[in-house]
Amino acid sequence: MDYGDSDTLRAGPRDTDLLLPHGARGVKVVVVGGFGVGKTTMVGAVSEIPPLTTEERMTQAGVGIDHNPGASGKNTTTVAMDFGRISINEELILYLFGTPGQERFWFLWNGIFQGALGAVVLVDTRRIEVCFEVITRLEDRRVPFVVAVNTFPEAPQYPLPELRTALALSDSVPLVTCDARDRASCRDALLSLMVYLCSLAAQETA
Amino acid sequence: MTSDNPHPPDNPRPWDEGTPVPLYVITGGEGSSAKTFDLVTLIATRSAPEPSMQPEQAAILSMCEYPLSVAEVSAYLSLPFSVVTVLLSQLVDDERVEAIAPVPVAAFPDRGLLEAVIHGLRRL
Repeated sequence: MDYGDSDTLRAGPRDTDLLLPHGARGVKVVVVGGFGVGKTTMVGAVSEIPPLTTEERMTQAGVGIDHNPGASGKNTTTVAMDFGRISINEELILYLFGTPGQERFWFLWNGIFQGALGAVVLVDTRRIEVCFEVITRLEDRRVPFVVAVNTFPEAPQYPLPELRTALALSDSVPLVTCDARDRASCRDALLSLMVYLCSLAAQETA
Repeated sequence: MTSDNPHPPDNPRPWDEGTPVPLYVITGGEGSSAKTFDLVTLIATRSAPEPSMQPEQAAILSMCEYPLSVAEVSAYLSLPFSVVTVLLSQLVDDERVEAIAPVPVAAFPDRGLLEAVIHGLRRL
């Protein structure tokens, strides 16, 4: 990584990027799924800016861990996360983060799910097993989520009820299909999450 | 499973592959407010950059003339999130930038907030 040895760092949005109004606040939704499932494609399909990448480095802390007594150096790994944004109105900016499914990444970036509205679990029917753990972890953390099946042309198509059974999803969790390349389709997946959150909020106040 | 997990609030369960540590911990916790930044905390510049400033901090002041999230600042500077939060902590302490916290989201988000998001998404 280049740490910017120039003293004229000119980084920032492109001239064509929409500028955010003063007084706006951010809110986030997380798109979570396995490698290559289409998280970045989905983020890019609905984002008003080209998807950006934030990264974090982590190391093995070695607290109570001693698998590797011979190795003295710390292992450092860089984890990248793509994201985009949608200006909802003058006051509200929705950010979408595409996050790896492995829980060990989730607390980098100050706990990606902390303060998130909810999550979209993106599923590739060729690698459905990747989602089992993701779904369990989200349930454990009480993060509300919907499941969106990315309809890759080459992926086998299953009826949604069959997928619901295969994923051991409760009937209340929305399960939708989605073409991660298509803006309207991704928007609809996000809408299904919002409508679901509304229903949860209504249950809570009932 | 264990009671001595070093990360109780976020990570109730231990991991198989060791415990990762974000960089701000490793750097000795410089900037005590670093931990309060969220990815979607919006940063807005309050004063113009000065020639004596660190280039990265000057760049932040230039790019945040209109608000940008911490995630965007991290992306545009190609610096890890935790490094950016340290830089931002100093700028906040010096009152050179304003950090606007995200909309608070309770266990069940506010209905008005959700309806605003639905309305906004439908216009996409």
